[in-house]
Amino acid sequence: MAAPKKGRRPAGGQSRPGRALALILIAMVALTGGMFWSGHTTPRLGIDLAGGTSITLKAKAEPGQESAVNETNMNTAVGIIERRVNGLGVSEAEVQTQGRENIIVNIPKGTNEKQAREQVGTTAQLYFRPVLAVAAAEQPATPNATTSPTPKPSASGATADKGKTDKSATPTATASTQGRAVTEALKAPSPTPTSTTTPKSTGSPKTDTPADPATAALQQKFATLNCLDPKQRTAASKGVLPTDTTVACGKNAIGQWEKYLLGPAEVDGKDVDDAKGVFDQQRGMWIVTMDFTSGGAKKFQKITGKLSQQQEPQNQFAIVLDGEVVSAPSVRTTLSANAEISGSFNQESAQDLGNILSYGALPLTFDTQSVDTVTAALGGEQLEAGLIAGAIGLGLVIIYLVVYYRGLSLIAILSLGVSALLTYVIMALLGPAIGFALNLPAVCGAIVAIGITADSFIVYFERIRDEIREGRTMRPAVERAWPRARRTILVSDFVSFLAAAVLFVVTVGKVQGFAFTLGLTTLLDIVVVFLFTKPVMTLLARTKFFGNGHKWSGLDPKRLGAQPPLRRTRRQSVSAAGPVDPKEA
Amino acid sequence: MSKLGDLGARLHRGEVGYDFIGNRKIWYGISILITITAIVALAVRGLNMGIEFQGGAVFTTPKTNVSVTQAQEYAEEASGHDAIVQELGSGSLRIQVGGLDTEKSDQVRAQLSKDLNVPENKIAAELVGPSWGEQIATKAWTGLAVFMILVVIYLAIAFEWRMAVAALIALIHDLTITVGIYSLVGFEVTVGTVIGLLTILGYSLYDTVVVFDSLKEQTKGITKQTRWTYSEIANRSINGTLVRSINTTVVALLPVAGLLFIGGGVLGAGMLNDISLSLFVGLAAGAYSSIFIATPLVADLKEREPAMKALKKRVLAKRAAAAAKGESLDEGTDLAEGALAGEAAVVGQGRRGRSSENRG
Repeated sequence: MAAPKKGRRPAGGQSRPGRALALILIAMVALTGGMFWSGHTTPRLGIDLAGGTSITLKAKAEPGQESAVNETNMNTAVGIIERRVNGLGVSEAEVQTQGRENIIVNIPKGTNEKQAREQVGTTAQLYFRPVLAVAAAEQPATPNATTSPTPKPSASGATADKGKTDKSATPTATASTQGRAVTEALKAPSPTPTSTTTPKSTGSPKTDTPADPATAALQQKFATLNCLDPKQRTAASKGVLPTDTTVACGKNAIGQWEKYLLGPAEVDGKDVDDAKGVFDQQRGMWIVTMDFTSGGAKKFQKITGKLSQQQEPQNQFAIVLDGEVVSAPSVRTTLSANAEISGSFNQESAQDLGNILSYGALPLTFDTQSVDTVTAALGGEQLEAGLIAGAIGLGLVIIYLVVYYRGLSLIAILSLGVSALLTYVIMALLGPAIGFALNLPAVCGAIVAIGITADSFIVYFERIRDEIREGRTMRPAVERAWPRARRTILVSDFVSFLAAAVLFVVTVGKVQGFAFTLGLTTLLDIVVVFLFTKPVMTLLARTKFFGNGHKWSGLDPKRLGAQPPLRRTRRQSVSAAGPVDPKEA
Repeated sequence: MSKLGDLGARLHRGEVGYDFIGNRKIWYGISILITITAIVALAVRGLNMGIEFQGGAVFTTPKTNVSVTQAQEYAEEASGHDAIVQELGSGSLRIQVGGLDTEKSDQVRAQLSKDLNVPENKIAAELVGPSWGEQIATKAWTGLAVFMILVVIYLAIAFEWRMAVAALIALIHDLTITVGIYSLVGFEVTVGTVIGLLTILGYSLYDTVVVFDSLKEQTKGITKQTRWTYSEIANRSINGTLVRSINTTVVALLPVAGLLFIGGGVLGAGMLNDISLSLFVGLAAGAYSSIFIATPLVADLKEREPAMKALKKRVLAKRAAAAAKGESLDEGTDLAEGALAGEAAVVGQGRRGRSSENRG
């Protein structure tokens, strides 16, 4: 709060504009070089500009379990959704958490958006169902597929497992005598000739079946189900209640599709307390351990007790996630609270299954908040409109600056140019670095930032003009104006940055993209003003055109109505002293 | 015209000396009137909340031959809800249907694709569940509250609490006016509007902070002189930063206007338009409030301080004495000047007398 010291101190770093300019030049060259080197020469476009579908999901915790919405659970959920979406053959779909409780799924254009939405929108459902029958994924139309109900290689895996500890269940997918299994399982009074055993009868229900129509329908469904067709896989699980007997597809240990006939769910995902893929040191293999809740343990005990009495393949239970069999271990003994699944796991598959099991145990469901489908044409149009608007806005600002500040506008325009270049390059680099995608609000933010950036120059220019009005000559005016302008710029940019930062932290979705751009450009504004505008101003003040206050320089003392100096003596001393740096308290 | 040109030239020379503080009652009155109007409008008419806040869908079709009314019929038939259809600049249609959930809107989209004879994947759709807007609104309110608290703390430290309070009041004032205009005109409130509104926070304060910064500088060591009262110096700092305020506002408004008229003109309604509209209104309000509300409020608060009261007394006493001696104030001695912080404080000293001529 003390009065500024008026001294003859050399203006410190400010008198060396070359350094600052060299610094920003190096930064610009390095960043631009980095951009070309990385090959990402354009900012990544958001769904709303490039076209595609963006889905926002909000996690909903079950009453009393609000703490379930936490980072770990959200990340598991992201993993599951990613699996689902990319299972549709979408390679570039990105799934990410946003804020504390939102998941954003961005699916680029050209994918089956409708199917993706269905997959993403549904809650992961995990059930343990007893296996009633297993068969190879058949293609009814192709004879060679139907004629091969041969034991799968995985069956041998199951045999090899026999000597193992009692507690272990083995993921097997055994294709065997499914005809008998189906009939037995469905408890049809008379043996029903099932289509699966004979290729020729495929798809023709037997009229003499005394079983109730539901059973017959199910048998037919099992017979005709072709697991190699993704559509049929999805359709098979549609609208199935946990209490239904159902058909489902799943991959066996060697990655081949198989179809299953499954009984009603005995245990569901909520009964699993925790599950992990762990490495068993003793046996030197990856296994999945499961802990059940007390209720779950009872149910699991019941089902394993029953299953362990059965013959292959009915001694298996299938772990069904979202209607797909993830694993179908066979059971050799009654299990209860703790269980482990062993078999031919590698690290990835063990941890995957562990995640799936624990995700099924999560008390999380997701609400679809918004689905935004933008066609590529509309996205392109919006991008174009945004760019045109930005160009016109920039043009208007330049015209205004030229009219009002004349020669000074050159500095402003150059600074805006530097700012624009840096913004562009950083946006392009942030795409691969942190997944930044330029969306429509971000474009708006960049356009709005033109005003913020230009304001810094205006503050500085007006300060210089004030100094000139007081009768100072150009060079001292430029130096004296700087500390004051600097403080104003810092204080106001801080407020602007604070607003952007708060918005970024607190909000979600589109608002966040906007806030990010605004914050980024505010920071760049400070960099540009300090390292570019001020040094250039210092340099130009040395030229005749600006230094002598040419009529068109924007710093003509006459036009500005400079006052004759009040204290002649003092002014002389000031100009004699050259640049003066009034240090602000 | 010549009068306007004259004002422009004087603005350019930094010669304006309008008595903002002296006339503050008028500006307070105007602002209170506007605020009351805004509140009444909000209470009576409410806000026209967009699809994002009610749940529903916005479909954007490519260029079609189907007329707006025809499209509206199709949309209402397909959805069973009211539909708003607009034709966009490019000849495409924007069909807005409220009250749909994300499931149902999918069917409507399929139906529309049949009715309008446009492939389904060519129809852009924005489907919003009813709670999405609520979530955004909640977050926006949280953001607003957090920002206000932080900024008040910051301003109280960087400046002083009176300025923080005045800035906060000016900020609320801007938001109220903006919301009021939305309510009065019936503009649709969308996520874009919320973004714009939140941006005004930064902008409005940005402007205010610049004026305060100059005020702080000019009132350094104020008690050591007896020439001017706090209000008078405050008035001078407004005048001193007036050119900057006007320029800043013009420069900020130009790109936003570009967004509003060009971006909006090409695409019709859309996020570009929503953001820029609320920014446009809020920016104008922000410039007004930093000059007419924030600074006069600071002066008002300051004048309540005993030190400032005493100063005013001394200043008035000195003036009375000078008047008794027949001395002209404007050409008074520069004795007090040295006590003031910097030369900036004397800028425009000779022009104080002009304030009366600018009135009216």
